[in-house]
Amino acid sequence: MALIDTINPLLTTGWGKGDAGWSLKDYEARGGYAQLKRILTSKMSQDDLIAEVKKSVLRGRGGAGFPTGLKWSFMPKAAPEKYVVCNTDEGEPGTFKDRDLLRFDPHSTIEGMIIAGYAVGAKRGYNYIHGEIFEIYQRFEAALDEARAAGYLGENILGSEFSFDLFAHHGWGAYICGEETGLLESIEGKKGQPRFKPPFPANFGLYGKPTTINNTETFAAIPFILGMGGEAYLNLGKPNNGGTKLFSVSGHVNRPGNYEVPMGTPFAKLLEMAGGMRGGRKLKAVIPGGSSAPVLPADVMMDCTMDYDSIAKAGSMLGSGAVIVMDETVCMVKALERLSYFYYEESCGQCTPCREGTGWLYRVVHRIEHGQGRQEDLDLLNRVTDNMMGKTICALADAAAFPVRSFIKHFKSEFEYHVEHKKCLVDPEVQRAGSGFFRASSATEAA
Amino acid sequence: MDKQNDMLSPEAFRKIDREVAKYPAEQKQSAIMAALVIAQDEKGWLAQEVIAEVAGYLGMAPIAAYEVASFYNMYNLKPVGKYKLTVCTNLPCALSGGVHAADYVKEKLGIDFNETTADGKFTLKEGECMGACGDAPVMLVNDKRMCSFMLPEQIDALLAECK
Ligand SMILES: Cc1cc2nc3c(=O)[nH]c(=O)nc-3n(C[C@H](O)[C@H](O)[C@H](O)COP(=O)(O)O)c2cc1C
Ligand code: SF4
Ligand code: FES
Repeated sequence: MALIDTINPLLTTGWGKGDAGWSLKDYEARGGYAQLKRILTSKMSQDDLIAEVKKSVLRGRGGAGFPTGLKWSFMPKAAPEKYVVCNTDEGEPGTFKDRDLLRFDPHSTIEGMIIAGYAVGAKRGYNYIHGEIFEIYQRFEAALDEARAAGYLGENILGSEFSFDLFAHHGWGAYICGEETGLLESIEGKKGQPRFKPPFPANFGLYGKPTTINNTETFAAIPFILGMGGEAYLNLGKPNNGGTKLFSVSGHVNRPGNYEVPMGTPFAKLLEMAGGMRGGRKLKAVIPGGSSAPVLPADVMMDCTMDYDSIAKAGSMLGSGAVIVMDETVCMVKALERLSYFYYEESCGQCTPCREGTGWLYRVVHRIEHGQGRQEDLDLLNRVTDNMMGKTICALADAAAFPVRSFIKHFKSEFEYHVEHKKCLVDPEVQRAGSGFFRASSATEAA
Repeated sequence: MDKQNDMLSPEAFRKIDREVAKYPAEQKQSAIMAALVIAQDEKGWLAQEVIAEVAGYLGMAPIAAYEVASFYNMYNLKPVGKYKLTVCTNLPCALSGGVHAADYVKEKLGIDFNETTADGKFTLKEGECMGACGDAPVMLVNDKRMCSFMLPEQIDALLAECK
């Protein structure tokens, strides 16, 4: 879905022409590759480049929000073989921004990755693209061909001493490959099972070599940051939360889609940009940062601004910026059941607390939803999550636990109602109507 | 008739070579994911012999290739219909009708998830988030083609188009 409404567009400047504006000549007409040229012709030092990125306080857009400049500075200087890897394995339920970035403007990510390669001294990069978006993978490969033909990739880029090449690798259906070390294993042609950390990828990454791995949106922001200067970028957002961010708004809004806003924009404004609540219904709850982030009730969410600090203070996480909006037609037990099933399906099975725990969570939530819950089940669910959190190789176990704990915390009475009455608090007919699937489909867009 | 017994075509190996070229010379195994997709495109599904053939070409042990094929959800380790339909039923899609879309397809085709119609035309699968939740309900046709905003009318048109 193309961009509809933005404030201070950066990442989305190239999206206006939809599928007709992605090519190299369009990107160059928008000022694309000017930053790469400037860096190469001025022979900017790696330290100065990293310092500029640090000044922007760009924080990783893949979920953890780690400062990007700092991450780049961890790369050992002397190592002869290093890699830059982009994480487009976008599988966190609710997140669909990286797909549109590569669909409408693949060259900003390519330029960002080349510049990152220069900054950390890598000669080769890979972009790992979610298998489910194969058409986007093909577009990215076409964009790579264009960049290579124009001399932006390959040996001695634009006549400089800097050489860098970049390739695309696709996934084939495994959420866990979004975890950075699972992703590296997957590029190596193995099962995508996360590695123990430390060592971190900056020391032991792809093929055991130092590797910088960032999210697509993180790389795509780099050319814009260098274009306007780190400080100006920071000032677009708020202190400690630099710049603009893409939010993928899904669920019960009139216009689901990606919206780019400055960090610190009120949630109410974002909701308004997404067309407001579908059918004028009442907001019930929001998951503000992808399915792994704790859910927040409507009143708490309406007081938040969209940035790392505000959402954290409210008890959740900005995560990947996936804003899942739920109205009063949603049964929270059923909603949680869907999420718990997902984590159960996607656990890679290496760690016992995660493999067994995700199975327990799903089975217990399932039986509550299906009228077979017991009084003690809510305590049982909380106990199971206690045994998962912080006890595993990667954060998937925590990601499975957060929704369970937060749904029970904020919507306990709905769970208790299920146990007691063996049915949903929200009338099944109301739930059915809520999805909008059964309305006359010709009226879809007119609404 | 059973194409599983034939070797992969020269064209398939040419495509695999293009994938191998993306990685350092000593890291041919990195091409296994793409190579298995190329094989699946040609054969429809991945029999043990096909996996072994691909593994041999990349200098891997067959078991290592089989582990990959069974770890990732979109490899077909059993025969599927001519059209494999995968419907996303994860929460963001479900809010906008993902589950109802799956129910609708089930009713139209008279099959459940992981089943194939008697004429061998359709196989139905349940998918996880495809990174396109703003376009819900979302569906994949044979893994590579994504269909968006699949309400009853659009589903009817898609099924009619699958000949
Ligand atoms: C289970 C799991 C799934 C993840 N999925 C993604 C993903 O789809 N995309 C992504 O960029 N990061 C994902 N991450 C985070 C990555 O491990 C990593 O932190 C990120 O790619 C770093 O890039 P950034 O610093 O630019 O955010 C995931 C992490 C976990 C634990
Ligand atoms: S926490 Fe779960 S997904 Fe992560 S490595 Fe352990 S078993 Fe695998
Ligand atoms: S939940 Fe269906 S595409 Fe994301």
